[in-house]
Amino acid sequence: MGYERLYRQLGMDVERHNRLMRVLSEIYCEFFLSQKDRPEGMRYFDWLVSEIHGRRIEELLQMKNSGKLLVGTFCIFIPEEIVIASGGVCYGLCAGTDFSIPDAERDLPRNICPLVKSAYGFKIQRTCPYTQICDLIYGETTCEAKKKTWELLGRLHPTFVMHIPHMKNSGGENLWFSEIKRFLAHIESIIGNRIEVDSLKRGIEVVNAKRKAMKRLYHLRSCDPVPISGRDALLVNQIGFYDDPVRYTEQVNRLCDELEERVKKGRGISDAPRILVVGTPQAPPNWKLHYVVETCGGVVVGEEACIGHRYFKDEVGMNSAGSVDDLISALVERYSRIDCACFTPNNQRVEKVLAMCEEQRADGVIYYTLSFCHTYNIESKKVVDTLRSAGIPVLRIESDYSLEDMEQIKVRVEAFLETIS
Amino acid sequence: MKLFCGIDAGSSYTKVVFVDEGENVVKRFIFPTDFHTFERVKKLIKAKPLSFTVATGYGRHHLGKIFNCPVVSEIKAHAIGVRKIFPEVKTIIDVGGQDSKIIKLDETGGVCEFVMNDKCAAGTGRFIEVVASKMGVSLWEFDRLAENHTKEVVLSSMCVVFAESELVSLMAKGESKENIAYAVLSSISSRICSMASSIGVEDVVFLTGGGARIATFREVLSKGLGRNVRTHKFSQFTGALGAALYARVSFKTAVV
Repeated sequence: MGYERLYRQLGMDVERHNRLMRVLSEIYCEFFLSQKDRPEGMRYFDWLVSEIHGRRIEELLQMKNSGKLLVGTFCIFIPEEIVIASGGVCYGLCAGTDFSIPDAERDLPRNICPLVKSAYGFKIQRTCPYTQICDLIYGETTCEAKKKTWELLGRLHPTFVMHIPHMKNSGGENLWFSEIKRFLAHIESIIGNRIEVDSLKRGIEVVNAKRKAMKRLYHLRSCDPVPISGRDALLVNQIGFYDDPVRYTEQVNRLCDELEERVKKGRGISDAPRILVVGTPQAPPNWKLHYVVETCGGVVVGEEACIGHRYFKDEVGMNSAGSVDDLISALVERYSRIDCACFTPNNQRVEKVLAMCEEQRADGVIYYTLSFCHTYNIESKKVVDTLRSAGIPVLRIESDYSLEDMEQIKVRVEAFLETIS
Repeated sequence: MKLFCGIDAGSSYTKVVFVDEGENVVKRFIFPTDFHTFERVKKLIKAKPLSFTVATGYGRHHLGKIFNCPVVSEIKAHAIGVRKIFPEVKTIIDVGGQDSKIIKLDETGGVCEFVMNDKCAAGTGRFIEVVASKMGVSLWEFDRLAENHTKEVVLSSMCVVFAESELVSLMAKGESKENIAYAVLSSISSRICSMASSIGVEDVVFLTGGGARIATFREVLSKGLGRNVRTHKFSQFTGALGAALYARVSFKTAVV
């Protein structure tokens, strides 16, 4: 291991953390390393996963020691562009394992979203170096579970909340503008410096480039045969929330170059029903659904959630922006295109899902929700009805992070794949 | 004579069906799923001149590895099996010992939608087993008791564990075994009807699984759905039959 001193420095529970990493490495071997004919470009991402609580944390500590700001975030509304413009680092804290959930249930009720409990539990357990090392946590007022949990998290770690409107009308947009401006001012007050137009433009360029690379990967998955498994693509997407954005962008583009070669040679996965996964996100290490679908003979060709398409589909347009306020308006324009189910009425999402099915040449859709995710669960009615009317087969799966229901999910997925193949 | 074997390895019972090349049922077996199951299945298979075997049910992958045979989901297997017995079927309701499912078929007999309950004992045969055991009666006797109910008592508990306590207090208040048995069947029926409303029920509706063996349950369910729910004396074997027929079809296509 060799990082124990680093962990103790961060005030972590080292023994517990080691236990978690042992379990995760077994799962990783079974879920990922057992695959045949993986692209060479996945080596970088395998390496990053192996060092995700090691080398990457060392990098972050070095940055922190040189005065850079580390911001831990949830959801995809916190403008990464501004944090990067400040010279700092922004990464995601949404969590996908039930390892930390029993501890979270000391403070949180049982019947809420496992993603929130998992993340909160990591703080209680002190087993996540990303949570420990960040200077501050920024959450948003997206869903109820998150909104109220920030109040409790704030008692354990400096936590701030951005008010995201729930309706996209002019009132909502004005609020959004003032919230991003407030966020910018807050970051400036911490670093003790103004963030000028040029820095902000650079920050936007970095994040735009990252999203563009991820979009490129997504488009390559529309090919038949698919040049990369859904599991590997999901992993690449997830790593985008932790890795250095410039290095990550380069690696994703390099992977895409290789995948383009594969496509030319017709190399990849064919003869497998193509599945689009829509719904709630899969924060790492939540790989369960993709693993089941792909070991039952299907292939996942896209993820609609914010761990995928929703994160990278839109870039910030900077064309006529001359001032910081202009750039903030550009950020509002981009961020308000996010079609998370926390917005109402959110009708554009349904049309977009239909378009994604066509783009990715999906044979079927799995509408996946985490247990107790009210927004996505309720919105499933609209989406599933529309998909069915359009003649697109849909399977609904609601699950949490435990591995207990693998068999139940398998039966449903097998039966679904039988009907669409 | 070539025979084709379908094994439905359920969590409560294992069913084995042999069909011939003409898709006629030659033999059927049923025994509880326990530690001796695989040995018994092995013996059965060895005794017959087999061409092809297909496994389905909860234990299908395990069987598939042991007998090196293909597997099919119990959803598809039931669809194929029921359609053989009842070609007009559109909705299959399977109430098993530990799970229940509703399968909708399209015009060609293919599965178009399904919904399952395999996380909760409410709405499954488990509830009947628990109460029958508490009353000290067999399933057949339980059916007779329910048939002779005089009043429709409604259980308020959604959970089998809590419903058990509710029944004990009903018995203490002097409620008859007949009415309690009927209340249990009503409770399971409302769970099923609730599941059914999420995908919509279309005639002809066919009941399979252990639940089909309880005549009064079929009546209660018919009432709840507002439709005449059909079944067959060998409905417990529809999964294994479907797997055997799938074996037959796979063999045909493989040979051609």
